[in-house]
Amino acid sequence: MTEPAGAGLGQARALTRRGLGISVVALVAFAGACVLALGFTPVEARQGLAQKIFYLHVPAAWSALMAFSLVGIASALYLWLHDPRLDLFAEASAEVGVMFSAVMLTTGPIWAKPIWGTWWTWDARLTLTLFLFFIFVGYLALRAAVHDPDERARFSAVLGIMGLVLVPFIHLTVYLFRTLHPQPVVLKPSAPSLPWEMLRTLMVAVAAFTLLYVGLVTARYGLGLARRLRESPDAP
Amino acid sequence: MPSSDGPLLEAFDLHRTYGAVRVLCGVGVRLAAGETLAVVGPNGAGKTTLLRVLAGLTRPARGEVRVLGRPLHRGNHDARRSIGFLPHQSLLYDDLTVEENVVFAARLFGLPDPRRAARRILQELDLASRSRDRPRQLSRGLLQRAALARALVHAPSVLLLDEPFTGLDADGADRLGTVLRDRLAAGAAAVLVTHQLAEAWDLATCVGVLVAGRWALEGPREGALADFTPRWAAALHG
Amino acid sequence: MAEALRLALVIAAKDVRAELRNRTAILSASVFAALVLVIFYFSRDPTAVPAIVLAPSVLWVTFAFAAIVALNRAFTVEREHGAIDGLLLAPVPRGALFLGKYLANLAFVGVVQAVTLPLFVVFFNVDLGPALPGIIGTAVLATVGFVAVGTVFSAMAVRTRFAELMLPVLLLPFMVWPMRWAVEITARLLDGRPLSEMLGWLRLLALYDVVFLTLCIMVFGAVVDE
Repeated sequence: MTEPAGAGLGQARALTRRGLGISVVALVAFAGACVLALGFTPVEARQGLAQKIFYLHVPAAWSALMAFSLVGIASALYLWLHDPRLDLFAEASAEVGVMFSAVMLTTGPIWAKPIWGTWWTWDARLTLTLFLFFIFVGYLALRAAVHDPDERARFSAVLGIMGLVLVPFIHLTVYLFRTLHPQPVVLKPSAPSLPWEMLRTLMVAVAAFTLLYVGLVTARYGLGLARRLRESPDAP
Repeated sequence: MPSSDGPLLEAFDLHRTYGAVRVLCGVGVRLAAGETLAVVGPNGAGKTTLLRVLAGLTRPARGEVRVLGRPLHRGNHDARRSIGFLPHQSLLYDDLTVEENVVFAARLFGLPDPRRAARRILQELDLASRSRDRPRQLSRGLLQRAALARALVHAPSVLLLDEPFTGLDADGADRLGTVLRDRLAAGAAAVLVTHQLAEAWDLATCVGVLVAGRWALEGPREGALADFTPRWAAALHG
Repeated sequence: MAEALRLALVIAAKDVRAELRNRTAILSASVFAALVLVIFYFSRDPTAVPAIVLAPSVLWVTFAFAAIVALNRAFTVEREHGAIDGLLLAPVPRGALFLGKYLANLAFVGVVQAVTLPLFVVFFNVDLGPALPGIIGTAVLATVGFVAVGTVFSAMAVRTRFAELMLPVLLLPFMVWPMRWAVEITARLLDGRPLSEMLGWLRLLALYDVVFLTLCIMVFGAVVDE
């Protein structure tokens, strides 16, 4: 709190650089996962090549859910501890999360239509990601609409917690529907019945995306920190 | 009745920031029964924020407010019972009559006989004849009196008033002065933010000049306003 | 605890009294609901599906939109003349303040629903028959939940520049779920299905109500206290 703004800005920029570096590594890792998926993983019997999108969709959806959960947890911690860094982190996680969900929601239909003949299915993963996207967008819209930083942090935190509490209800609804209308196997979110090679490729992809999340959030946090330092009353 | 030992209102080291602006930078207040602090200062000095922090509406980033020894911003809300706040806005509901507004406030403060308390304060402020009117139907001076009734119905020992003399005619200012004096004599304390120090001068026992979130000048009110004015001007430009 | 409840009722009573005097919000919301029903009626293809099949969806979409219109009232009235400060100055626990506003909102949304349901029966010429008590019960169960969330969000939205736009954007993702469960239950009620087929959805509604009502009481202070 009492360190001079100049040193703080330096730290913020260092964070941004490190975050971008991690993101590049993550993208390389994901490229590796793609190679694995296309070259070294068996083709799924029923769906054929179309199923390969699985190795992009599952990690993207998982990362969006992780981003969302962390926004929720940071929100709860903020209301308890009032540490502005938690608010900064939540903002970064929300922006990264909205991006991941948007990627998943746009690539999905574009790939699905020519392959499966349908733009959209209301399966567990797509439905959840869609709602995470809506709540993320609402979260960012709320933040943009509130000018006082303290009020913005409080309101965002309340929305973040409410959003996190909603997620189990989405899961339960999908579960309830599924017990009434069983879904095809390949659309199940996590499938321990996957053969080892597929699981391995999936794990690599998930790890790459998780690393991408860490990198992007670190970079975004650095940017947010820099902006806040520039706008603070201590700014030189 | 407040106890005679210990200050009625105490605030230490109040800090508050809005975004990029430091509105309060370490302000303190200390008032005993019967004392009145008149607060003056340029626009944007933090006077309204100070009052809101003392009223318990705005939480200070640092520092503490105590009313009758009890913390205001922490713990339960008991300390709020001793605060009466009169801001610029009337805090009245357009769809309720003046009396209903005051009864509602009395109920919120948990008064045992809300209607009687409301009638009593309306009587004292000479509003009984207008008690069935809506706030919309009142002139500015009467509206302020109705707002004052709401602020005083629960007999608070700490009165916080934000530019209460603004827009009042001589008659209204007189009446307000009388009401305040009565309460101060009964052991209350008051903080008065004002642009017209002349009107508050006689009421004040201490004067504070707030500039950029700090006391530029603060002390007991002594002598005549004419003598104080040059010191005040110096504090504003110092 | 009893004091908190008393304060909540005092606040709710004040809201109800003020609204009975003015009636603007409640009349507007009711008329809005009626108009939504009319739009649904004129935009459907009468040859394709019988009205009773559409009934659950039409009813619940109408309830949802009307509720959003009605919810904005609660904190808009507190903005006039800064009245919310009057509530915050008093020794009112913020959870009790929430409860008071929530109960008033429930009353208004309830009235709008009570107007909508008969209008629906009339316009669409459906016979709700023995399903009626079940539908009313489901409406209560669903409304209790989403009005809680709506009360918190409207308190936030009212402080933003485009409050009427912000509230639906924030609230709808939370409202869709109880609405969906209510539609499933209503459809089965109209079909005369046994209670056992609805239990899952009913449990979800009840769980949502308990969880979100509790959460809203807890977080409301963070919304209104500066």
